[in-house]
Amino acid sequence: MKLPAAVVTGRRRMEFAHVSIPVRQSRPAAAAQQSLAGTPSGNNVLALAPRPVPAMKNFLPQASAVGARLGPPAVVVALALVGWELLCRRSGSALPPPSKVLSDTWELIVDPFFDRGGIDKGLFWHLSASLQRVAFGYALASVVGVALGTLVGQSVWAMRGLDPIFQVLRTVPPLAWLPLSLAAFRNGQPSAIFVIFITAVWPIIINTAVGIRNIPNDYRNVAAILRLNQAEFFLKIMLPAAAPYIFTGLRVGIGLSWLAIVAAEMLIGGVGIGFFIWDAWNSSHISEIILALVYVGLVGFLLDRLVAGMATLVTRGTAAN
Amino acid sequence: MTPYLLLDHIGKTFTRGTQQTEVLRNVTLGINQGEFVSIIGHSGCGKTTLLNIVAGLTPATVGGVILEHREVNEAGPDRAVVFQNHSLLPWLTVYGNVRLAVDQVFGRSKSHADRDACTMHNLELVQMAHAKDKRPAEISGGMKQRVGLARALAMQPKVLLLDEPFGALDALTRAHLQDSVMAIHERLGNTVMMITHDVDEAVLLSDRIVMMTNGPAAGIGEVLDVPLGRPRRRLALAGDPVYLKCRQRVLEFLYERHRMVEAA
Repeated sequence: MKLPAAVVTGRRRMEFAHVSIPVRQSRPAAAAQQSLAGTPSGNNVLALAPRPVPAMKNFLPQASAVGARLGPPAVVVALALVGWELLCRRSGSALPPPSKVLSDTWELIVDPFFDRGGIDKGLFWHLSASLQRVAFGYALASVVGVALGTLVGQSVWAMRGLDPIFQVLRTVPPLAWLPLSLAAFRNGQPSAIFVIFITAVWPIIINTAVGIRNIPNDYRNVAAILRLNQAEFFLKIMLPAAAPYIFTGLRVGIGLSWLAIVAAEMLIGGVGIGFFIWDAWNSSHISEIILALVYVGLVGFLLDRLVAGMATLVTRGTAAN
Repeated sequence: MTPYLLLDHIGKTFTRGTQQTEVLRNVTLGINQGEFVSIIGHSGCGKTTLLNIVAGLTPATVGGVILEHREVNEAGPDRAVVFQNHSLLPWLTVYGNVRLAVDQVFGRSKSHADRDACTMHNLELVQMAHAKDKRPAEISGGMKQRVGLARALAMQPKVLLLDEPFGALDALTRAHLQDSVMAIHERLGNTVMMITHDVDEAVLLSDRIVMMTNGPAAGIGEVLDVPLGRPRRRLALAGDPVYLKCRQRVLEFLYERHRMVEAA
């Protein structure tokens, strides 16, 4: 919803550059062009001549805009690191300072791809195992969530029957499902995937249902006049109209999936960033835990950006209305 | 002989719980092929309900709609509607909105290239071909209505239904669009039923004006023929005695005999 405002300000800035700058700069530029060209046909060049100047002028504001966005977080992170270093520097402190974290884990940072068999693997393999589980569980949750959400949004009876159940089940914490799924699947891998699925599916269902219910009646009228059948209506009207809501659900879902995978992996063991953290704790490698937390945070952030980017790509038109 | 489009003793009662509201009672109206008929009345008199019944978007409680000797019960592209609020799909471009209608109606009978040509032809009819790649949010209200009109025309409907198509536009844009509609009607000879609350618009565009009484249980109060030749020119008509007389008749109907009863 913030996007249109940003687009508008961007446009205004462009207009400003096109309108005001040529007025101010065109005279000296025009004079220079005339003395160079010397012929009447040189007139055609005049209109274009001032353009490079605004392009140059645009560079500085853009650079300062990037600086304004990246500067403050960089300063805050630096301050936090210095504070942490000072707090944990003295001997006998429970947690290592950042300098020690870096020296302890340097091998893990520079070589994330080693594989010595079993669970003695580089961080890349742990993260990739976790991401694979999330990919399976989340993909399943997306498909089932959008399908069930459409059903609940479309049919009053489905809503009356299913909504109360959803409202109760969605409050069950992800890890509470794990023992049950272990009992059912008798295997760690499908159990972890199931936990991801059951965590991510609720926000997707609920948001899709709201999106479907909020489709303006006008679109239904258009569909009726065009005699769209059920499948065409779903693909051409429902999904695009509800897309902003669906993507809100998908975005909440990916965040929850990533939250749940770390906890689930601590319990099921094997390869995965969650188990890596648990293993590091058991071996008292506190620095490794901290490094893993940084990676978990960064990957979670990237996943969120990925879904958000997909959302802006897909809902360009809808969000602007 | 039955007319091209016949509204046969239409009545509509809305039921909410135990409360019943009769909106329309005994509306009978015949419209000939190629005729431009306006329905005028105060807001809330059931004009739009009547149009929705003809479009098949709302079922009639009593009576029915007969188009070319056949009863029509559900919505379809033979009765295309231009909605008051344009109802363009915001995620499709101008071209995409019209193309969706073309694909839907002629997907089987026309080739890919023909459908593209048909889409562009209709956009050119309403002078919107230049904005074909824009999205509805990027064009003005008048332009949106033009695209809505192009979408309706692209279905090649037997009857074109206009639901206060210019109601939300400023006076100058409205005049522009009225001229466009007149030119298109002239060229294609569509059968048109238009809902309006603008007296000048009704007289300028219509062959006949149907004046509706106030609700509840609204019906047809009077039908006025507009015996003006075509093409009609807005400026020339401004002082035309026939035009003024028709205008006078509609005004008298709306503001004397069927004055809006003040609810407040």
